[in-house]
Amino acid sequence: MKKFFINFIFILFATRVYAGVEVDITRGNLNPLPSAISDFYLDVNTKLKDNVKKINLEHQIPELISKDLSRSGLFLILDRNSYIQKPDLSHTQPRFEDWALIKAQILVTGKISLEKDDRLRVEFRLWDIVSNKELLALAFYTTPDNWRRVSHLISDKIYERLTGESGYFDSRIIYVAESGPKTNRIKKLAIMDQDGYANKYLTLGNEMVLTPRFSPDNKYVTYMSYYKNLPRVYLLNLETGLQDLVGDFPGMTFAPRFSPDGKKIIMSFAKDGNSDIYAMNLKTRIVERLTDSPAIDTSPSYSPDGNYICFNSDRSGSQQIYVMKSDGSNVKRISFGDGIYGTPVWSPRGDVIAFTKFHNNKFYIGVMRTDGAGERLLTENFYQESPSWSPNGRVIIFYRETPADNSGHGGSAKLWSIDLTGYNEKIIQTPTDASDPHWSALLSKK
Amino acid sequence: MKHTNLVKNLSLLLVVLFFGACATNTQQASNGDAYTGTETVKFLADGVPDRVFFATNKFDLTPTANQTLSKQITYLKTNSSLKVVIEGHADERGTREYNLALGEKRANSVKDFLISNGISSDRIKVISYGKEKPANPASNAQAWAQNRRSVTVKTTN
Repeated sequence: MKKFFINFIFILFATRVYAGVEVDITRGNLNPLPSAISDFYLDVNTKLKDNVKKINLEHQIPELISKDLSRSGLFLILDRNSYIQKPDLSHTQPRFEDWALIKAQILVTGKISLEKDDRLRVEFRLWDIVSNKELLALAFYTTPDNWRRVSHLISDKIYERLTGESGYFDSRIIYVAESGPKTNRIKKLAIMDQDGYANKYLTLGNEMVLTPRFSPDNKYVTYMSYYKNLPRVYLLNLETGLQDLVGDFPGMTFAPRFSPDGKKIIMSFAKDGNSDIYAMNLKTRIVERLTDSPAIDTSPSYSPDGNYICFNSDRSGSQQIYVMKSDGSNVKRISFGDGIYGTPVWSPRGDVIAFTKFHNNKFYIGVMRTDGAGERLLTENFYQESPSWSPNGRVIIFYRETPADNSGHGGSAKLWSIDLTGYNEKIIQTPTDASDPHWSALLSKK
Repeated sequence: MKHTNLVKNLSLLLVVLFFGACATNTQQASNGDAYTGTETVKFLADGVPDRVFFATNKFDLTPTANQTLSKQITYLKTNSSLKVVIEGHADERGTREYNLALGEKRANSVKDFLISNGISSDRIKVISYGKEKPANPASNAQAWAQNRRSVTVKTTN
């Protein structure tokens, strides 16, 4: 875990803030911003070690920034071969007319140097080609092997400066890696960067694991495991690797999720067959029962202020979404459309709830306001569920399964993301089949 | 007059058809879309099927399930040292967490039926696998029906 911690000092250069180029994030990717991301350049006095030199950082860092920004659907990255001005000269002072000629509206330039203590210094500048101005200039210090995180941090800074909202590139995803035939599936916990890199398995696959979720500080993961054939909720410390049984109830505990302050885990407990929702204080281990219905109550998720909980219940006769206060009072049904509704997850922005809907033999990922109004279906498919929000509430990750043929072969499970706008649907590459994704908070808190 | 007779006869015919249809419907409704075939079924002993099937999103026992469980009860009474685990399962057409809860309800329906028919509760454990362990891996209506099941498994402890 230590290597994920970045030495994250950045220096704000004298930058004048003007209202220049802006990206309207609410319209989807209809008009992505034409952007030039120049190669960075290596400071002339810097001598990198061979193993670092081999990475070709001055090319790889802007390349990764380009991938991040391009994937967001909001930026159109112009072909680097069309760039006229050299990286070092551009970084000092761009010839704006050269960049305007290739129709760039923004330009990113950068410089890489080495500090005396072998730390890397990565400096970048964001330029507005329309009004010929510098918009932002920052430098990050880190160890050379942390260059991917620095790139994501720079992407977040650019995204923030141009959209006015926080970014989501410096974040990770925990999910269940799946392999083997459907009748005997092997399921492991896996973690990776949000762009699919640095994939790592956290369990060996000896027992089935399901539904992992990060704590708000990204240090813990709560999940369900069939360890010793007892399906229970566990807590995993990502720094130490130690696991702790937290749902040690006389029956199955499942569907765990952290409270926004990280102090509680909310989950379902199936007592004598009936599933209700409980909250456990992690410090005192005191458990509070929040629902008491003979129906199935599960998939709870807190509002970002911690005052409310949404969940699904079939108390009306079919699976629907409900909202209650976090003490279990004031239960209100909010989903009333055709079909059944499940897996409600409150947006980190607080205004909408993402859900899975099943109607006419199709599955949908959608969003509705927290009172149930304004339902919008973002994507339709044979099977998909388990939405999870990007840290800024602009993108939803979920998993999608394709049908198996009549002999039971050919089915697959993959991670996908889609913008809140319903545009920009993208697959996230994983080494194996994948399900139950959960998106972390930003790794570096502001 | 002939015309009236025809109408009468027709009405009678319709009434017969109507009740006939009802009788069929009643029988179907009780099993719903629960599987009634024998594919995937294994046996605890000769003539004692190991599993019962459920209708979509249901956990109540069908008449066919009651018959199967009665055979299991006779078998468990004859072999009084045997212990069992009831596995509850769901089809793949539902969200994972809901299906875990549904599998738990199905397994407990079976457990309750066994207990109410004289099998001691300390001989029975339950576990839900939700949709995670299908008996038939295909993605079609017949496979889903075969996967909406609870399976009685003999255990050693």
